[in-house]
Amino acid sequence: MTVTNPATGLAERAARRTTAPLARRAGLSDRAVAWLFILPTMLLLLAINIFPLIWAIRLSFTGLMANLPGAARFVGLDNYVDILTDEDVWANFQITAHFVFWTIALQVLIGLGLALLINQKFRGHSFWTTVILLPMMLSPAVVGNFWTLLFQPQIGPFNYVVGFLTGVAPSSFSMIGSVTLAPWTIVLVNTWMWTPYVMLICLAGLRSIPDYIYEAAEVDRASPLRQFWSITLPMVMPFLMLAVLFQAIQSFVMFDMVNLLTSGGPGSVTETVSITLKRAAFEKWETGYASALAVILFVTIFGAANVYVRALNWVKQQ
Amino acid sequence: MRMNRTNLSLLCCAGTLALTLGASSAQADGKSLTMCWAAWDPANALVELDKDFTKATGIEMKHEFVPWTSYADHFINLLNSRSAECDLIIGDSQWIGGAAENKWYVKLNDFFDKNKISMDTFLPATVVGYAEWPKNTPNYWGLPAMADAVGWTYRKDWFAKPELRAEFKAKYNRELEPPKTWDELIEVSKFFTGKEIDGKKVYGSYIFTERGSEGITMGVTNAMYNYGFDYMDPNKPYHMTGVVNSPGAAKGMDVYKELFECCQPPGLTNAYMQEGLDAFKSGQVAMQMNWYAFFPGLAKDPNVGGDKIGFFKNPAGPTGQFTQLGGQGLSVVAASKNVDDALAYVKWFAQPEIQQKWTDLGGASASKAVLESDAYKNSAPYAPSFVESMGIVKDFWAEPLYVPLLLDMQNRVHDYIVANKGTSQQALDSLVKDWVKVFKQEGKDPS
Repeated sequence: MTVTNPATGLAERAARRTTAPLARRAGLSDRAVAWLFILPTMLLLLAINIFPLIWAIRLSFTGLMANLPGAARFVGLDNYVDILTDEDVWANFQITAHFVFWTIALQVLIGLGLALLINQKFRGHSFWTTVILLPMMLSPAVVGNFWTLLFQPQIGPFNYVVGFLTGVAPSSFSMIGSVTLAPWTIVLVNTWMWTPYVMLICLAGLRSIPDYIYEAAEVDRASPLRQFWSITLPMVMPFLMLAVLFQAIQSFVMFDMVNLLTSGGPGSVTETVSITLKRAAFEKWETGYASALAVILFVTIFGAANVYVRALNWVKQQ
Repeated sequence: MRMNRTNLSLLCCAGTLALTLGASSAQADGKSLTMCWAAWDPANALVELDKDFTKATGIEMKHEFVPWTSYADHFINLLNSRSAECDLIIGDSQWIGGAAENKWYVKLNDFFDKNKISMDTFLPATVVGYAEWPKNTPNYWGLPAMADAVGWTYRKDWFAKPELRAEFKAKYNRELEPPKTWDELIEVSKFFTGKEIDGKKVYGSYIFTERGSEGITMGVTNAMYNYGFDYMDPNKPYHMTGVVNSPGAAKGMDVYKELFECCQPPGLTNAYMQEGLDAFKSGQVAMQMNWYAFFPGLAKDPNVGGDKIGFFKNPAGPTGQFTQLGGQGLSVVAASKNVDDALAYVKWFAQPEIQQKWTDLGGASASKAVLESDAYKNSAPYAPSFVESMGIVKDFWAEPLYVPLLLDMQNRVHDYIVANKGTSQQALDSLVKDWVKVFKQEGKDPS
């Protein structure tokens, strides 16, 4: 027996009524009509994504300085050689790696913990979910300025709280001015801001696990810890990996918050590659060099994301 | 006669229309000039001064003042794009090379000759710094407008406290006075650091540490110049090895680092002009490095001005006594559509009486007649040290590629002084490499 979905049938009839006569009238094939619909989006993507990318690749082979007149001089691979042999740039990549690693580690640990907590049915659970989500709803610019004030050695509440708990004089240390503390300061603020996002994705994963699996585990007398390791974690893993991917890309290119909090300082201890890029492009106005660095960053992120997505697919299949 | 409501409304409408049309017509006929500069205290004095120009010529003056943080980027991009947004610009001394070589400014030699404006009437350092390119040649691209240099303020009332004077004398076997050398500066700074004065823990001195634009370079050079640093070998243009990274230059950096580590208030690791003013005004520091341009305001400050404040020039070092030049020149933008009116403004501004009024209002003339007069020296407590400072100034590179040169130095110096990266010698060796690369890019031979 053939079962026809009435809704699908209706949609097909409606589509035939609207597109077929129109296409016939205009002498267009179905394929042409399809192209007509996606063309504006394609053009927009070409204009704002693909064209700038190609243009940046072209500029990366020149010694152009955007704030000075004169044609762009072709320099071949010089910019790439300069970047890849520059110890300072490698040091900035290390700073970025430190920032990304600790940010992700803390976000995953705290985010998963919060998701497990929020997944429990308790009174006021919606209210607390909203409260936890608040930081990620703020603009990074607001967060940067807000935490800069909190970290002020003389008037900042953060120093007072630390002073109160440890007995250290509040004005005797500076979170964003200290060579030792500044790298951890940006990790702390980024974790504060983006952990709710990881929590949200983990929560979606937790809610997707059918109850009957846990019921079956309870029948088999599996302990809560055993249930976590054998059911919760494996089933949440694809979601967690997705969150890690999003957050790794976001942290790798993080600019606004770091720029507002430390501007890469003190010295260059918090100078992530995005800050290096901004300095080359908009402070030194070394447009060609900055384009080459942008291309290197793009290739790094694109390559790493591809490898990661393959790993994600493998985990899903498992 | 009593008007009805409709007639009254019609009359009002007609009147408003007439006024509007009249005003537009007057504006269309009138001339105007746009003056571009940084947004800071002296800019307010300029607005006042320019009212006299409007009175004298009928030309309306508009002002575009941009905060220091975006001043260079904003205006250099405008100049490079041949924008006619500014007719006149008070541009930084570092821009003069790029502005001259790229023809962003109008060359003023013929205009000066025709109008008998002599550069001899201005302090020599300001002519070299704000007007000439190439340096030390009679090619003028600006008129010295705002003389400025780095100087120091100190809390005269704290220095006068008998108990502190006695303690200082017992410790160092000399009177507690404003320092004359960098060694004394460090001693006095250490003496004040950690003291409780007026119920508050205070620190010895505030120095520039800002990294993003020019701050730490404008600060550290005040120590480095006096320990032997120079930009190039005077006999071999653009030759820097052994000059920029001489042992003396490295020692100067070490001295600045020592001052930063011992006596700077916590948290001020990326601080420039405003942070210094805040630290001084809030009674946090005994001494403050800053630009003289701010000193008229500080001298009048209700909390720390008057009898409480004193001023001194940058202390000497073992190889000499120099201070960092600040300030700007007045130039006519080549892309302006009102070049003739802009030149008329330059002519007006160069007059001795206008230069005097400019200083009286809170600006800082570079005119010898104004600065070397007894009246000026007695006019304010900072005036004598300002005049002396203007005689010992040195300036950073003013090459067309000064931006990368400046940012390279910012980077190397900040990394060493604030972030403890490597040694001063390593920092300066790296700086020479950075600068050689930039000069090669500019087509100059630094070998």
